[in-house]
Amino acid sequence: MLNQADVKPDRLFKVAVALKTASVVALVVLGLFSLLIGVRTDQGPTGALVLSARPGALGLLTAIAFMGGLLWAFIPDRSRTTLAALVPESLRVALSRVRPWIGVALLVFTLMLPVIFYHNRYILDLGIEILTYVMLGWGLNIVVGLAGLLDLGYVAFYAVGAYSYALIARTFGLSFFVCLPVAGMLAAMWGILLGFPVLRLRGDYLAIVTLAFGEIIRLVLINWQSLTGGPNGIAGIARPSFFGVPFSPGPHGFAASFGLEYSPTHRVVFLFYLILALALVTNWVTIRLRRLPIGRAWEALREDEVACRSLGINTTMVKLTAFAMGAMFGGFAGSFFATRQGFISPESFTFSESALVLAIVVLGGMGSQLGVALAALVMLGGFELFREFEQYRMLVFGLVIVAIMVLRPRGLVGTRAPSLVLPSSDSDWRAKEGKG
Amino acid sequence: MEYFLQQLINGLTLGSIYGLIAIGYTMVYGIIGMINFAHGDIFMVGSFLALITFLLAVAAGVTAVPLALLLVIVIAMTLTALYGWTVERIAYRPLRHSFRLAPLISAIGMSIVLQNYVQIAQGARVKPLPPLIRGGYTLLESHGFAVQLSSVQIIIVVTTLAVMVIFAWLVGKTRLGRDMRACEQDLKMAALLGVDTDQTISLTFVIGAALAAVAGIMYLIYYGVVDFFIGFVAGVKAFTAAVLGGIGSLPGAMLGGLLIGLIETFWSAYFSVEYKDVAAFSVLIIVLIFLPTGILGRPEVEKV
Repeated sequence: MLNQADVKPDRLFKVAVALKTASVVALVVLGLFSLLIGVRTDQGPTGALVLSARPGALGLLTAIAFMGGLLWAFIPDRSRTTLAALVPESLRVALSRVRPWIGVALLVFTLMLPVIFYHNRYILDLGIEILTYVMLGWGLNIVVGLAGLLDLGYVAFYAVGAYSYALIARTFGLSFFVCLPVAGMLAAMWGILLGFPVLRLRGDYLAIVTLAFGEIIRLVLINWQSLTGGPNGIAGIARPSFFGVPFSPGPHGFAASFGLEYSPTHRVVFLFYLILALALVTNWVTIRLRRLPIGRAWEALREDEVACRSLGINTTMVKLTAFAMGAMFGGFAGSFFATRQGFISPESFTFSESALVLAIVVLGGMGSQLGVALAALVMLGGFELFREFEQYRMLVFGLVIVAIMVLRPRGLVGTRAPSLVLPSSDSDWRAKEGKG
Repeated sequence: MEYFLQQLINGLTLGSIYGLIAIGYTMVYGIIGMINFAHGDIFMVGSFLALITFLLAVAAGVTAVPLALLLVIVIAMTLTALYGWTVERIAYRPLRHSFRLAPLISAIGMSIVLQNYVQIAQGARVKPLPPLIRGGYTLLESHGFAVQLSSVQIIIVVTTLAVMVIFAWLVGKTRLGRDMRACEQDLKMAALLGVDTDQTISLTFVIGAALAAVAGIMYLIYYGVVDFFIGFVAGVKAFTAAVLGGIGSLPGAMLGGLLIGLIETFWSAYFSVEYKDVAAFSVLIIVLIFLPTGILGRPEVEKV
């Protein structure tokens, strides 16, 4: 029999459970933060560490945790698990309709950007930086998103490209467009050199080995002082010219040759279109390769390695091509980075750089080209927006990676759907072609 | 000869620390087959907790070193274990049925979180601690070169041995240990036979973190400085140790730790200090290529 007396204890019970959950959460948070946030160590005037208590911050965090725990307990179970449930159905339908146009719109906007913001140097520089990461993201996407090989040392190839360009340009005085393919090839060669022995390894072992490789490259760059300049890096790297015409104010400069008034912005705009072109080449090659047997093999490898081997695919060769291809584009991006900055040092090639590019690929949905581009935009744009909170940015960034993996492992925008899917019903015999 | 002996002592001390961290990697890998990338940072958190507890103990007037050390061991181990538990609960447990690389990526995120959290909470500068335990013994003296065995080194090796004995008992003789071994052999079967697998996995992380805390304390009293970044390099080296010893094998982790400690020390002593990390990382690559199952590991069977 159901009457009010039965309902009431149930609600009371719910409240009690919520209170208990909240208390446990608060207690755990209190324990976690008690010493590391509650007490701060600083170096005193004598050099010894001085302690100072921060009960306010600790109390605040514990209170937040308690409230959070209470709220959590009252959210119904179903909406917890999927973030998608928070987005209304109509919005999702609308989104899926405009989706094919997002890429086109983005591309048109990017092409127009230097025209619109010609006098805004800040926007142009930011645009170049974002495009560099878009390119790195697309390069790594071949390795991680398509072939499913987790590469934690991608920055090593970026570094190889940058140092190759800097050293070749300085030693032989060659121009950027001659050095670029050489640097890309050298990076690809390093990719093969590293890949050949280690690609037989299982996915997560491979990840750690690539991490170790990235660190080795960085340590060698720091310590091989006679070649790389050690921690001081290489300065005065040749700036790019407009296919041989330098961006200088003189009579043979770019401005004079084209009858324009000299402006330092010319070079920035040129750099912008250069990296845009490089990124688009990366994108184009990737999309084309996805439709070739090798691209199919990459995706098959990502889905099931054992099945691939059973079907006679030479997994080592397939992995190696993905690795080399990714490394080559990383090398191109590195050369661009070197010529844009004019100065490189090992500090630009740390693990956190690899993690950033990886996060872009993961956020973009591992395999989706548009997703990666949007993720780079969101990530770096976010860094710029919250510049005042710079010390918190890596913390937030780490939390974002964890949150994506837990809530939406397939990324915020993209999908990991294979390009080629077998028909599920008899009526549709033709295989569905996926879009890049 | 004297120089060699001295390096041997130093290497074994360092190796004990690596071994303790390596156990955390190997246990987690054995049970759920993931590389807990954040484990190195758990070690770093442990040594920060130890540092703060030391300072608090001194501020509270605890001047007897053994008492302070005991306090530090208890508090740092407990709180670090809490960190291990929380990391597993937040970042790994929801991913148990996700795709293969998801937990590893999540672990990388967690590692970045822990590093930056400590950096924000305690500052980026190196934290020095005045030497607490002085003294030592001169074992051998000839040609003006003395082989020193410091008290700190003795404490480190003895503590490591003691912790290892307790740990071996825990895994070999207790109910929890049996559950852990069952989960390692077959997670699904263990669950069917009534083992609370989630709890067992949680406890594995707790134990691993507690051992990492011990390593953190040792690191702190051995080197006397900590900063927020020590977990990264120490983590990769300890992982190398786990792989070298054969991942999944507990004695292997300890053996691998000692070997890595020795390799690093001898490399610095006889070749170059600058490239000591390169040596350790190269060992990882070489071992994985030529001896992927490690010294004491079993070959891994790939199942569909």
